[in-house]
Amino acid sequence: MNPERHAPVTQEEFVKSHKRHHHMTALLRISVLMLFLFYWEIGARLSWFDTFFFSSPSGVVNCGLELLRQNNLLMHVGITLLETVISFVLVTVFSLLVATILWYLPRTAEITEPYLVILNSLPKSALAPLFIVWFGTNMRTIVIAGISVAVFGSIITFYTAFRQADPEKCILITTLGGKKIDIFTKVILPGSAPILLSTSKVNIGLALVGVIIGEFLSARRGLGYLIIYGSQVFRLDMVITGILILCIIALCFYQSLQTLEHMLKKKT
Amino acid sequence: MSTILKVDKISYSYHSLQGETKALHNISFEVKQGEFIALVGPSGCGKSTLLSIIAGLNRPDTGQILFPNHPGEPAVRVGYMLQKDHLFEWRSIYRNVTLGLELNHQMTADKLSYINRLLSEYGLEAFRNKKPSELSGGMKQRAALIRTLALNPELLLLDEPFSALDYQTRLAVSTDICNLIRKAGKTMIIVTHDLSEAISIADRIIVLSHRPSTVKDMIRVELSKSEDSVLAARNAPEFKHYFNLLWEDMTDES
Repeated sequence: MNPERHAPVTQEEFVKSHKRHHHMTALLRISVLMLFLFYWEIGARLSWFDTFFFSSPSGVVNCGLELLRQNNLLMHVGITLLETVISFVLVTVFSLLVATILWYLPRTAEITEPYLVILNSLPKSALAPLFIVWFGTNMRTIVIAGISVAVFGSIITFYTAFRQADPEKCILITTLGGKKIDIFTKVILPGSAPILLSTSKVNIGLALVGVIIGEFLSARRGLGYLIIYGSQVFRLDMVITGILILCIIALCFYQSLQTLEHMLKKKT
Repeated sequence: MSTILKVDKISYSYHSLQGETKALHNISFEVKQGEFIALVGPSGCGKSTLLSIIAGLNRPDTGQILFPNHPGEPAVRVGYMLQKDHLFEWRSIYRNVTLGLELNHQMTADKLSYINRLLSEYGLEAFRNKKPSELSGGMKQRAALIRTLALNPELLLLDEPFSALDYQTRLAVSTDICNLIRKAGKTMIIVTHDLSEAISIADRIIVLSHRPSTVKDMIRVELSKSEDSVLAARNAPEFKHYFNLLWEDMTDES
């Protein structure tokens, strides 16, 4: 009989099988990546496809090294990282602030709701050309582009989370002699912490999207600029390298927020 | 015994686009110090509304709520317990029971020592750093009671506080909580739809009529209890008599 099929009997066995499950998942995830890279490389070497269009893992590594030596790749990555982090922080602070104000003033929330929904569904790349004219071709424009992608959805999600707090818990605070600010700090905010964290995970990804859009259009530095530059000089391996680096950045952001979430959960 | 609460000709209506619903009409009664009152009535008759008016959460259309011991002060030291315990999962039991003190900036040494005394008296000392979800239903209700008592209210208002518990736990917890409140020397008004619970807990039962509710009957309950157990009140010889009286009140449509 397959020992994996056994239902865990003791606590020790349960912990063991739980760990095995996690290790197995991690192993399989890495295998998928390895398999993909393997066939990509093999396909390139055996000319299943044209490496001019599709590059290859070794081509990407070479291109990456070349960019490091000649084009100051680390500076470009650093710039994109910095712009994304600034956008993310500003999105978080600003949407928390606005959602709080909307919660305090339900009338304002009612009036502004359709505007928020429209702004949220607007394709932000359509705004980028305006931002360039209004704010110039500099980092400020790119950060604003990064903010514009995430901020409206974030406000709506935060505000909805605030609204979903248990009204009886709010009454409880009142009966204990608390004021509206106490309801906010003691019930609303801690009660919506899980949603705030999960929204942040989405927001950092959206901020990255916005920053890259901004860099496409107006930057002289950053990964978005490298990608656009690569496509203009028909160096598609450069474009693919840029995209892969973006994947790694997105992974790191996700992982760091995941770690933060774990730490907060342990603390409370 | 002095009168602690005077409910004076209270009327209250709900408004919606469909029209006005008269919930309470000209309700008056008095509550003496240390008395246990049960409010019963058909469902939707406005029992909870009356309680929230006494607590000062809603304003009556006409009439007033008076606390003769504290003239001029609105809703003096009223403790309000809701249907669910509403302990906050993101706080430990200790930080939950001190919530009221925290809100009123009263985290003083003697108030905290009162809380610590209640925690050990109620058998919650070992759970002070636990999360609410780690406690049983009965222990959570005890914790909610400590949270209410911490602010030293004279009058406790309980809005169907045991209805979220299963029947067996409910019998035990309602007896337990009411004994603790009596021991603490508080006055209590409890809303319930369970007639046997009302009889076994209360000194006096106020029966409200259908909407618009008026005070239909007031029944003084005197039970000769032979023992001191969960079922003592329900085993008393007079229990059945009171139950029939209440049943008639509730089913009589006039």
